[in-house]
Amino acid sequence: MATASAAHHDTAHDHHDHEHHDNFITKYIFSQDHKMIGKQFLVTGIFWALIGGFLSVLFRLQLGFPDLSLEFLRPLLGGWIDEAGKLDPTFYLALVTMHGTIMVFFVLTAGLSGTFSNFLIPLQIGARDMASGFMNMLSYWFFFISGVIMFISLFIKTGPAGGGWVIYPPLSALEQAIPGSGLGMTLWLVAMVFFIASSLMGGINYITTIINLRTKGMSFSRLPLTIWAFFLTAVIGLLSFPVLFGAALLLVFDRSFGTSFYLSDIYVAGEALPNTGGSPVLFQHLFWFLGHPEVYIVLLPALGITSEVIATNSRKPIFGYKAMIISMLGITILSFIVWAHHMFVSGMNPFLGSIFMFLTLIIAVPSAVKVFNYLTTLWRGNLVFTPAMLFSIGLVSFFISGGLTGIFLGNSAIDIQLHDTYFVVAHFHLVMGSASFFGMVAGVYHWFPKMFGRMMDAKLGYVHFWLTFTGVYLVFFPMHYIGIAGFPRRYYSWTNFSFTDLYTDLNMFVSAAAIITFAAQFIFLFNFFYSMFRGRKATLNPWRSNTLEWTTPLEPGHGNWPGEIPAVYRWPYDYSKPGAAEDFIPQTVPLSQTPESNLPHEQEMVKLELEIMKEEAEVLVANESKH
Amino acid sequence: MERELKYIDMVEQPISMHPKKFALWLFMVTVVMIFAGLTSAYIVRQSEGNWLDYDLPNIFWLTTAIAVASSLTLHWAYYSAKKDNFVNLRVGMILTVLLGVAFLVGQWYSWVAMVDRQVFFVGNPSGSFLYVFTGLHAAHLISGVIFLIIVLISTFRLKVHSRAMVTMEMATTYWHFLGGLWIYLFMFLLLNH
Repeated sequence: MATASAAHHDTAHDHHDHEHHDNFITKYIFSQDHKMIGKQFLVTGIFWALIGGFLSVLFRLQLGFPDLSLEFLRPLLGGWIDEAGKLDPTFYLALVTMHGTIMVFFVLTAGLSGTFSNFLIPLQIGARDMASGFMNMLSYWFFFISGVIMFISLFIKTGPAGGGWVIYPPLSALEQAIPGSGLGMTLWLVAMVFFIASSLMGGINYITTIINLRTKGMSFSRLPLTIWAFFLTAVIGLLSFPVLFGAALLLVFDRSFGTSFYLSDIYVAGEALPNTGGSPVLFQHLFWFLGHPEVYIVLLPALGITSEVIATNSRKPIFGYKAMIISMLGITILSFIVWAHHMFVSGMNPFLGSIFMFLTLIIAVPSAVKVFNYLTTLWRGNLVFTPAMLFSIGLVSFFISGGLTGIFLGNSAIDIQLHDTYFVVAHFHLVMGSASFFGMVAGVYHWFPKMFGRMMDAKLGYVHFWLTFTGVYLVFFPMHYIGIAGFPRRYYSWTNFSFTDLYTDLNMFVSAAAIITFAAQFIFLFNFFYSMFRGRKATLNPWRSNTLEWTTPLEPGHGNWPGEIPAVYRWPYDYSKPGAAEDFIPQTVPLSQTPESNLPHEQEMVKLELEIMKEEAEVLVANESKH
Repeated sequence: MERELKYIDMVEQPISMHPKKFALWLFMVTVVMIFAGLTSAYIVRQSEGNWLDYDLPNIFWLTTAIAVASSLTLHWAYYSAKKDNFVNLRVGMILTVLLGVAFLVGQWYSWVAMVDRQVFFVGNPSGSFLYVFTGLHAAHLISGVIFLIIVLISTFRLKVHSRAMVTMEMATTYWHFLGGLWIYLFMFLLLNH
C-alpha cells in the first residue's frame, strides 16, 4: 500500500514539473481530455438543437397558417416549395421525422448525456480523466460522423427519411412507399449505426469510470445524485441500444437484401411483392424495447442535474437522498418492461395490454417520489434564484404537468381515443422534451463557470427563462385540447375535416408561440458565446456548492487537480447544517474539522477518520524525505 | 501522453478489476443484448405461424467441437503464460488462432449446407434468422481472432508474461465468451426449430 502510494506521489510530481503543451489539434479537435470532449458534445448539441428547432418552425408554419404562401422560403428550400408556394407534403413528413430524430438522439441523448456525463463524472467523483480517453474521443467522433451523415441526408434530392422517428416498416422498408424511404432512409440507418456505436462507447466509459476511478472516500452513498443519474442512464443505454442495433440490422436486410423479417403480403400498385412471412409488429416490439428506455436516457440526466441545482440553490440537503436513488433505480428497471404501452392499438392481445398498462402506471410511483422530493427540498429553503435554479424549477413543473397526462395515456382503454393524436405530442413534449431541455439548459447555466471560467449573464438568463417557460406552456398546453378533439399527429393538413375549423385559431396561436419560443433561444445563444469570451470572471465556487468539481482550479488542466486528488469525507449535501459557520460544507472537509456541526453518529466516525488521515500523513512524510 | 495515461491508471481503484477489463465485460453485455434481442425476435416471430421448418446443418456439431477445443487450447496458453512457459504459450496461441479460423470456415460451410437445403437468406424468416445469427456471431468472432493475433504478436515480443497478464486475460475472457455465445445460439436453434 505504502509503495503504491509513494509511486503514485512521484508520478504526480513529475506530471506537474513539466508544463504540458498541446497543439491546436490535440487540444481542440482530437482531444482526449474529458472536459474538452464534453464541450465538443455541448457545442455540437447546440448546433443540432438549432437545426431541430428550425425544422419544427417550418412545419408549424404549415400547421398554423395553412393558407400562407411560403414563397419566401424558396431560397432555402428550393424545390420543396411547390409552384403554389406550398410546402411539399412528403417534405413535411421528412421535417417531422428529422425533428424527432435530431431532438431525441442528437440533442437530448448526445447533447445532454454526452456533455454532462463527460464533463462532470471525473470532476465530481475525483478522477483524473475517463477510464479510456481514447475511447472517449472515438465516442465523440463517431457521433460527429453520424451527424455529418444525417446532415447530408437533409440535402439529397429525394429528401431525408420521412417515416417518422420510429421508422415503422413497411413504410420505412419499401422505397416505393414515399420518397424519404429511399436514400434518405439508408443514410438515416447508417447514421444511427454510428450513433449507437458512439453511445455504447460513451456508456461503457461512464460506467467503468464511476465504478473504478472514484477518489478516496467517495463511496456510492456519497456520490452526488448527478453521478447516480448518469450512471443509471449509461446502464439503460448499454442494455437498450444493442437491441435497436439488432432491429435496424434486420431492417437493413429487408431494405437492401430482400429478406422478409418485417414484410409480408404487400401489394404496391396492384403488384404483389415477393416478401412473405414477415411481421411488422415484430419491429415495433424491438424498436420500443429501445424506444421506451430511451425516454429515460433523455430524462434521467436532466433529473440528476436538477437534484444538484435545486439542493445547492435551496441551501438545503436534498430531501430523501436514498429515496431519490431508489426511485431512479426503480425507473431504470421499470423502463425495460413497459415498452408495449406504445403499441396498445397495434392489434396485440388486450390481456397483454392490461399487463403493460399495470406496469406503466407503476412508474408513476418513483416519478411522484422524485417530484415530492424536489418540492420538499425547495420547501422553506433559502432559495437563490439563479437562472439554473429557475430552469430546474421549470423542469419540475413540466415533469408534473406532462407526467399527469402520462397516466391518461398509460391506460389502454383511453389510449384508443388518444393514440397518435396531439395529446400524445403535448404529453411527451412536456415531460420528456421540454423537461430534459430545461435540465440541459440548467446544467449549462450552472456549470458554465467550471467549463469556461466565466459567468453567464444572469439577467439575460432570466429573460431567456421566462420567455421559454411561458412559451413552452403556450405551445404545448393547447395541444391537449387539439388532441382530445381528435387531431392526428404527423398530418400535413386537416382542411378536409370540417370539425377542424373550430381549431384554426388555436393552431395559429400554437405556431406563433412556437416561433417566439424558438426566437428566445437566440438570447441564450448570444449569452453563451458572448460570456465564453467576455463574461465576468468566475470565482472558484460561485454557487457555494459542496461537490468536488469546485475544488479544482478555475480552468482545470489535464488531470483536473494539480497535485493530489482531494479525498472525500462526507456526502455532497451538507447545506445549512445546524451549528456550522457557513451554510455549506464541501465534501473535502473532514468531519474532525467540524465538531460544532457533527451529528452524533458522525462524531463516532471522527476517530476512524483521524486514524486514516494519520496513516496517510506518514506516507506523505516518507515521500517528502525521499526527495 | 503515455506518461499521463499511466498516471491515470495508477489512481487508486476501489474495486480490484482493471478498468479495461471491466470495459470489456460491459462490451460483452452489449453483445449479449444484441443476441437476446434477436433470439427473442425469433421466438416472437415463430409464434405467429407461417414458419419454415428445416434440418440444421450437421456441421454445427463439428464447429461447436472446434469452438470448445479452441477454448481449451487458449486456456492452456493462458496457464503457460502464467508460468512464463513461452514456448507452450505461443503454441497454444497459434493453435487457438488456427482453430478460430477453422471455426469460421466451418460456419461458412454451414451456409453452403443451408443453400443445399434450398433455405436461402432471402425467403421465410426462419431461414433468414439462422443466417443473421451465424453471420453476426462470425463478425464478432473475427474481432476475437484479430484480438488473438494481436496478443500472439505481443507474445513474440515477450510482452505477455506472468506479471503482464491483462491483455492475455482479456483475450481469454472474450474468446471464452464468444465460444459460450455460439453454444447458446446452437442450443437455442436446436430447441426452437
